[in-house]
Amino acid sequence: MPIIEVKNLYKIFGSSPKQVIPLLEKGESKSSILKKYKHGIGVNKASFQVEKGEIFVVMGLSGSGKSTLLRCLNRLIEPSSGEVYIDGEDITKIDVVNLREVRRKKIAMVFQNFALLPHKTVQENVAFGLEIQGVKFEERMDKALKMLELVGLKGYANVKPKELSGGMQQRVGLARALATDAQILLMDEAFSALDPLIRKDMQNELLSLQSKMKKTIVFITHDLDEALRIGDRIAIMKDGTIVQIGTSEEILHNPANDYVREFTQNVNRTKIVSAASIMRFAESITLEKAGLRTAAKKMNDLGISSLFVTDKENVLLGAVTIDEVSRMLREQKGDLREIIDKDVCTVEPDASIDLIITEFLKSKYPIAVVDSDNKLEGIVFKSTVLSGIAGEGGGEHDA
Amino acid sequence: MMLSTKLPIGDVMEEIIQWMTVNFAGFFEGMKQGLSQLISGFQSLLNAIPVFLFILLFVFLAWWVAGKGIAIFTGLGLILIHNLLLWKQTMQTLALVSTSTLIALMIGLPLGILMSQNDITYKIIRPILDFMQTMPAFVYLIPAVYFFDLGTVPGAVATIIFAMPPIVRLTNLGIRQVPKDIIEASKSFGSTPFQLLFKVQIPLAIPTVLAGLNQTIMLSLSMVVISAMIGAEGLGNIVLQGITQMKIGKGFEGGLAVVIIAMILDRITQCLGNENPKTGKMFIRNLRTKKKNKSLRGGI
Ligand SMILES: Nc1ncnc2c1ncn2[C@@H]1O[C@H](COP(=O)(O)OP(=O)(O)OP(=O)(O)O)[C@@H](O)[C@H]1O
Ligand SMILES: [Mg+2]
Repeated sequence: MPIIEVKNLYKIFGSSPKQVIPLLEKGESKSSILKKYKHGIGVNKASFQVEKGEIFVVMGLSGSGKSTLLRCLNRLIEPSSGEVYIDGEDITKIDVVNLREVRRKKIAMVFQNFALLPHKTVQENVAFGLEIQGVKFEERMDKALKMLELVGLKGYANVKPKELSGGMQQRVGLARALATDAQILLMDEAFSALDPLIRKDMQNELLSLQSKMKKTIVFITHDLDEALRIGDRIAIMKDGTIVQIGTSEEILHNPANDYVREFTQNVNRTKIVSAASIMRFAESITLEKAGLRTAAKKMNDLGISSLFVTDKENVLLGAVTIDEVSRMLREQKGDLREIIDKDVCTVEPDASIDLIITEFLKSKYPIAVVDSDNKLEGIVFKSTVLSGIAGEGGGEHDA
Repeated sequence: MMLSTKLPIGDVMEEIIQWMTVNFAGFFEGMKQGLSQLISGFQSLLNAIPVFLFILLFVFLAWWVAGKGIAIFTGLGLILIHNLLLWKQTMQTLALVSTSTLIALMIGLPLGILMSQNDITYKIIRPILDFMQTMPAFVYLIPAVYFFDLGTVPGAVATIIFAMPPIVRLTNLGIRQVPKDIIEASKSFGSTPFQLLFKVQIPLAIPTVLAGLNQTIMLSLSMVVISAMIGAEGLGNIVLQGITQMKIGKGFEGGLAVVIIAMILDRITQCLGNENPKTGKMFIRNLRTKKKNKSLRGGI
């Protein structure tokens, strides 16, 4: 069962939203409804599901209804029509007391401009959600300290938020949201107010926290790079409507319409990033110098499962896998030469990411980058490709 | 469109006041007793403090809150007032101002909070405040005398009415100025309207409320002379005597004392909402969170 399920959700701003819904059904546009009937369209018939542990990114241009959609999930904005199931319960039907309970226990939120309480210390801010729940002082302050430790701000417990930098303030915002142990995190452009480098740090931080905590995150951004980096799935909104939902690949390679295509092209790096710009130094062994043992040791040391083999001119011969090498070692016979797999996909340094991605579809190994004489120049990992699209040089990877 | 006959607004008002005097006599009597006890309570408290101790306390307060300059001014000013033989009247005036401010706060704060809660209360209360604030202060004196006779009590009542609007307005403003996303954050964690008000809106409104308090105190001081016309005791009385007896010197001395008190109170209350230049904290909050906090900076 999905942890969040939204069905036919509408949010219309104006005096009689119900009357506008049929017009939308008939296909009348947002702008004509605004002009003729003086009603604003926030969300137009959105339906989607988010699975537990997923990072679901919503993106779209300014005014496309992202924030409105997000706020319908905890009813900070009252939906005009439709259903929102949280853990199987339709929260559009529950009364204020139960709604408060859902907000306290199940959903926490992180805001673009941090929205910290300036009169409270960092630790008190993190404890705020628990304070609202009536958790005892000692207990909530303890919990807050643990959360601060988690986001790397332990030493700042007694400082006021405004003494911290933007990135640190948002860590406090994140810690505050984590402190209530809510399974669902709603993040409305949580990193948009930060400058690019810190933003990237925060994205990494979020991903590493996510790998530990397995929250369900609905993350809003209008930055494709960010969406590609952190999203398991991405929904693209236009004028209140969700026009496409899919994984990064689906969005990039099968845009549902011109709007999505344009959206992705503006920021799409697949055309401009070349293999040379994202390749990394290729670990390899030279056939003439090395034997099985050297290959095994090297793979062990580097913690990788396959290795390229070249001749002494650095011309690529193929790859060996740790499985094959250990088998040969166990059987105490044979020679490295026998197990070289020649079926390695190669690209030239100026190959585009598009091409590299198609190569990956057929390849068992990372892609080798070779020059026109088939000399090994570098190596591209799957994960490097994705972060390359997302505008980053690459991180630590294994083969 | 012009009417041929004058509308009897003044007459109606007179009728109302008359009627209230008769029918609410008990209420007004009780209020009068209460107020006069509060004022004399303040007065005996202030008089019980030896002059030099009083000056010392004020100098210390001014120094702590507003700094060395204001502290020196406070000391010299109070010594001058004592020297002019106006100490007793000053204490009477302070008692009147304290009582009026206290009651203005007691009524004004809840009213301001009420006003901030929705647009209906706002639309009802706002014109009343406009009325209270722009109606010439003298006009309050007449019904006040009707209800409470001559003396300090009607003076206090007129002062309360005249001085209350800023605290109401600025409480409302302070609460409404709380950033929308902070309100949203509080709601998103499941706060009740009550928790939102007392844990978020009011604490964040405090600097603005303090600005209102400052204005309220200043306005009640400015009513001192006016209420002396209906028999309120204190510095206003001295000034009034100066005017009626054509004693310029006496009037000036009384006026000077009012100015000194006004400046002292103004500077001190103004600084309550300010931040301490050294610790970067508001004084009023300092009282609560004093002990901890070594500020750390750096990182991202
Ligand atoms: N309270 C409101 N009253 C009337 N219209 C509103 C209200 N809030 C939002 N809207 C309208 O709803 C639409 C969607 O707004 P929303 O804030 O959800 O967009 P967004 O995608 O979050 O944009 P941004 O990227 O600028 O944050 C906009 O056209 C906006 O004008
Ligand atoms: Mg938005």
